[in-house]
Amino acid sequence: MRLSSKHLTLIVMAALIAAAPFFFPSGYYFRVGALIFVNALAVTGIVILTGYAGQISLGHAGFAGIGGYACALAPVHLGLHPALAVVLGAVISAVLAFLVGRPILRLKGYYLGVASLGFGILVAMVLNNERGLTKGPDGIEVPDLGLRAVLKGWGLDLSNGEFWYAFTGICLVIGAWIALNLFNSPTGRALRALHGSEVAAGTVGIDVARVKLQAFVISAVYASVAGSLTALQNKFITPDIAGFMHSVEMVTMAVLGGVGSVPGAILGAGILTLLPQVLTVFAEYEQLILGLVMMLVMIFLREGLVPSILRKFRGRGE
Amino acid sequence: MSEFLQFLFSGLTVGAVYALVALGFTIIYNASGVVNFAQGEFVMLGGMITVFAHAAGLPLPLAALIAIAATAAIGVALNKLAIEPARGAPVVTLIIITIGASIFIRGAAQLIFGKQIHTFPAFSGDDPIHVMGATILTQSLWAIGGAAAVFVALWLFFTRTILGRAVLATSNNRLAAQLVGINTDFIMTLSFALSAGIGAFAGVLITPITMTSYDVGLGLALKGFAGAMLGGMGNPKGAFAGGLLLGLFEAMTAGYLSSQYKEAAAFVVILAVLFFMPQGLFGQKSTDRV
Repeated sequence: MRLSSKHLTLIVMAALIAAAPFFFPSGYYFRVGALIFVNALAVTGIVILTGYAGQISLGHAGFAGIGGYACALAPVHLGLHPALAVVLGAVISAVLAFLVGRPILRLKGYYLGVASLGFGILVAMVLNNERGLTKGPDGIEVPDLGLRAVLKGWGLDLSNGEFWYAFTGICLVIGAWIALNLFNSPTGRALRALHGSEVAAGTVGIDVARVKLQAFVISAVYASVAGSLTALQNKFITPDIAGFMHSVEMVTMAVLGGVGSVPGAILGAGILTLLPQVLTVFAEYEQLILGLVMMLVMIFLREGLVPSILRKFRGRGE
Repeated sequence: MSEFLQFLFSGLTVGAVYALVALGFTIIYNASGVVNFAQGEFVMLGGMITVFAHAAGLPLPLAALIAIAATAAIGVALNKLAIEPARGAPVVTLIIITIGASIFIRGAAQLIFGKQIHTFPAFSGDDPIHVMGATILTQSLWAIGGAAAVFVALWLFFTRTILGRAVLATSNNRLAAQLVGINTDFIMTLSFALSAGIGAFAGVLITPITMTSYDVGLGLALKGFAGAMLGGMGNPKGAFAGGLLLGLFEAMTAGYLSSQYKEAAAFVVILAVLFFMPQGLFGQKSTDRV
């Protein structure tokens, strides 16, 4: 059986995630790895929205905030298990994305960017201001997921870092698998068609508004789950998770690696997550360097790293 | 009544700044089709450079002039180094470039000017003027007057001078403008200088009231952008009116509803405008060419 590129991508991903710990000099790297995987999961959602369908969102951090705060609040106030709180967060995000997406996806380009930005900022503002519920800007504690204790009962004793590395890694592979399947599904083809031309897609019978909305809702669920995982992993969450800069980070990660491709998104997430860790030595210069990297990559490698590098390898043949 | 008047004054003051930022947005958007998220950094730079030039012993007007000139130069550099090389790139790419520029300028400002809050003295003293039970700072009058003066000057520039008309021609159709002999590269440089200079001027006007720090830019950029969109993207009159309206909305929300959610007012208004009249208050209905 010949391996499709989809399976190859997934196998390489899983192998890399499984093999990397053998080269980790200390437990700290598990934590960094888990951070990368969570970011990559959120960015995979952006790939579906921006890379497949060509729609811009500068407000997806709002959904991450909803997912994160669902894990902080639902177990305390509703008595839900944290794992169910993740599902609840995803459902709320999906419903909200459906309601908000309907009117704003009629907009294009910058207008869509601003409308989604406004949505994200409103979510961040509610999280900051409703102190009675969210404890405001100082953040709130998040209960333990409890899965590690269950695994321990089964005789699998992982450190906290190891557990989250493995768990987020598995979530990322599942997320990537869904996204890659979507790419070749009828919905995925419809999305790519409307990316090319909405009018043309409409004339061949694609319900443009409905398909766009689907992409928006799916990507919102990705962001929400990623937000939940962040909250559960840190056992703490602040409204910064829903902030404008987090939205910008997501889009930048996606575009940096190559917005059309899932591996690109993961690479972008990896680079932008590692950058601040490496730059802690030059903490003073962190913003300066981040801004510079964003500009340079976008000017010189417009398509992002992965597509630009692939093109180099393939040469002029294709 | 005096309460309302008080909110009106504070709304007009911040509105004047939003209006100037929105005008700056509009100039760059018209010239290059780029929405410049670094617009707010110009305001920050204008205030900051004035603070430091003034602290170095220069008289305030000269310090302000230097700040405006320096910021205009930075605007030109932004165009030459980051926007021009990426011409024709997709919207997402351009958004990230200008956000990158904004983060870069903020990072540089943090290194050079530090993280403290800075200010300089108001132009004509700190004694407020009493009007029908409300008070207004003289600096507020400077801000409102300054914004109005910039608007009128721009209007005259665009309608009465050859150069201004060349800018309009370039924004309408770059290629056609080149064909009739307009140096569009120069027009582009001019637009960025003008836009950055106006931003810096707004910073000079408002810093004695609100103070400034290295990180005020992003918030102002978003508000200015919102104002421009409220008025109808690409329309200078709309941008000016939109900025002022946004300031008023904010002040009234803060006064009568909740000061915590005053920023929300701006974005609720934007979402409402985008949903119900996507062209903004003054924009023309657009049709797509396929």
